[in-house]
Amino acid sequence: MGGGVARVVLGSFFVLFVLFLYGPTLTILVLSFQGPDGGLTFPMNGVSLHWFANLFETQAVGDFGGALSRSLMLAGMVMLTTVVVSVAAGMGFRRRFAGSGALFTLTVASLIVPSILVSLGIGLLFTLMGWDTAWYSSAFGAQLTWTLPFGVLIMFAVFNRFDRSWEEAARDQGATAWQSFRHVVLPIIAPSVIGIALFGFTLSYDEFARTLLTAGSDNTLPLEIFGMTTNITTPVLYALGTVTTLLSFTVIGLALAGVALLRRRRLGSPAG
Amino acid sequence: MNAGRAGGRRARIGIASYLQVAPLTAVFALFLVVPILTLIVVSFFDYDSVQVIPAFVLTNYHDVLSSETTWRTYLSTFRFALVVWAITLLIGFWVAYYLAFFVRSKTLQTLLFLLCTIPFWTSNIIRMISWVPFLGRNGLLNRALLGMGLIHQPLEFLLFSDFAVVLVFVHLLTLFMVTPIFNTMMRIDRRLIEAATDAGARFWQVLFNVIIPLSKPGIAIGSIFVVTLVMGDFITVRLMSGGQSASVGLMIQSEISLLQYPAAAANAVVLLAVVLLMVGAILRVVDIRKEL
Repeated sequence: MGGGVARVVLGSFFVLFVLFLYGPTLTILVLSFQGPDGGLTFPMNGVSLHWFANLFETQAVGDFGGALSRSLMLAGMVMLTTVVVSVAAGMGFRRRFAGSGALFTLTVASLIVPSILVSLGIGLLFTLMGWDTAWYSSAFGAQLTWTLPFGVLIMFAVFNRFDRSWEEAARDQGATAWQSFRHVVLPIIAPSVIGIALFGFTLSYDEFARTLLTAGSDNTLPLEIFGMTTNITTPVLYALGTVTTLLSFTVIGLALAGVALLRRRRLGSPAG
Repeated sequence: MNAGRAGGRRARIGIASYLQVAPLTAVFALFLVVPILTLIVVSFFDYDSVQVIPAFVLTNYHDVLSSETTWRTYLSTFRFALVVWAITLLIGFWVAYYLAFFVRSKTLQTLLFLLCTIPFWTSNIIRMISWVPFLGRNGLLNRALLGMGLIHQPLEFLLFSDFAVVLVFVHLLTLFMVTPIFNTMMRIDRRLIEAATDAGARFWQVLFNVIIPLSKPGIAIGSIFVVTLVMGDFITVRLMSGGQSASVGLMIQSEISLLQYPAAAANAVVLLAVVLLMVGAILRVVDIRKEL
């Protein structure tokens, strides 16, 4: 369907859209290699790694190393929790149970409720209770309200297309519930589980709004970056952008490679 | 297998379901439901310049609803939501349409879709900042326009303006439109389109009578994402407008920074009600249950 003209017009539109998505990021990637005397915009005043070195000097730009390691640890915690809780809930949701509708509504609501409300609500709750907010407690919980709906909805999509007969076959052969999960269900859903892990890690690593009022005294990386936008006027900001973007890309690349590997192994195995 | 054992097994499975969803329920109870209830409780508290005083007063709501600033801020936020929704829908629809109907190879389709989603997994704040060297007074765009002789003075409205806010919203949120619309389009039975074409329908007729009606659930899901994210935003508006534009989220955040928690809580409860009404309105128009 559609004529040749439509194909060309829409094809160019798509290319423009991709340029629009990637263009700005590529710009700061280039600008982060500014010379020591370079400014925030073009032209390039020489090429150097000056701003990357600058990034790791503690006095220059706040606590970059500390914020980065906190963010990575938090992202790891959120990733593991999101995977385990989402997969468990996905298994549970395969049967109707009293309250399943309400729990599903709550899952969707968790996505829709504006982040600043979650942030403020948790912050107030901790204050009223006399608990200290910290990145590993209140911010951890706040981020889960953002990552879990993605995980659970992915599990929904997976189990809607899941062929139960594999599992029944395992049961008929005498497998226990755990054995059929471990050796039948899990290998089949493995690519989606990697997807959930990717969502959990990157959404946490980049999360800002829900962490803002819940992180306590120690900043995560996005909070640190936000602070820098108001008081740093050198390309060190771009160097930071380049480093975090490359980190994100590494994680995405690892996840995609993992999925590709699983696919290949499944296609290659005689059972697949 | 006798009935008693089967019954026992079914009961165990029933309990298993509850155990499996228990962690999810616990997280939502502790970090979503209780905090929202806390917000509602605190919104009735009193406060002065030093402290928050537990009480039951309606002054916070009265202040929120009777202040002209609130109404102006909501108006400005609605305007952002409407403009961003319209633009992301337009772009998102055609991008999804191209991917779903013009890219024949399944592998290429997956690759191109992935290409669109990758930026979603990187930092939003960095993506906002990355527009600065592009839009600034000495930025790439002004230089290009000056170089081409299209303008004689740098355009000032590009950065730190409503224009920049909308541009960055579109940059960050269009993917939330593309994904669900692409998903519904992929499920449209291609024979319907062939049948319409065979019956003599033209491109636009197929579009308006077949594809758009069948893509509605995806459009609705994308719209819910975009509208709720714009309505609750404060960081995009703050960073990209340079503090010149107002939004409800920003208003709440500035009350928080002044430690006026009850006022912020009342404002937040009103915002929640408004957002839920908007989502409810979208769900009334389109039934998305089939999508889930």
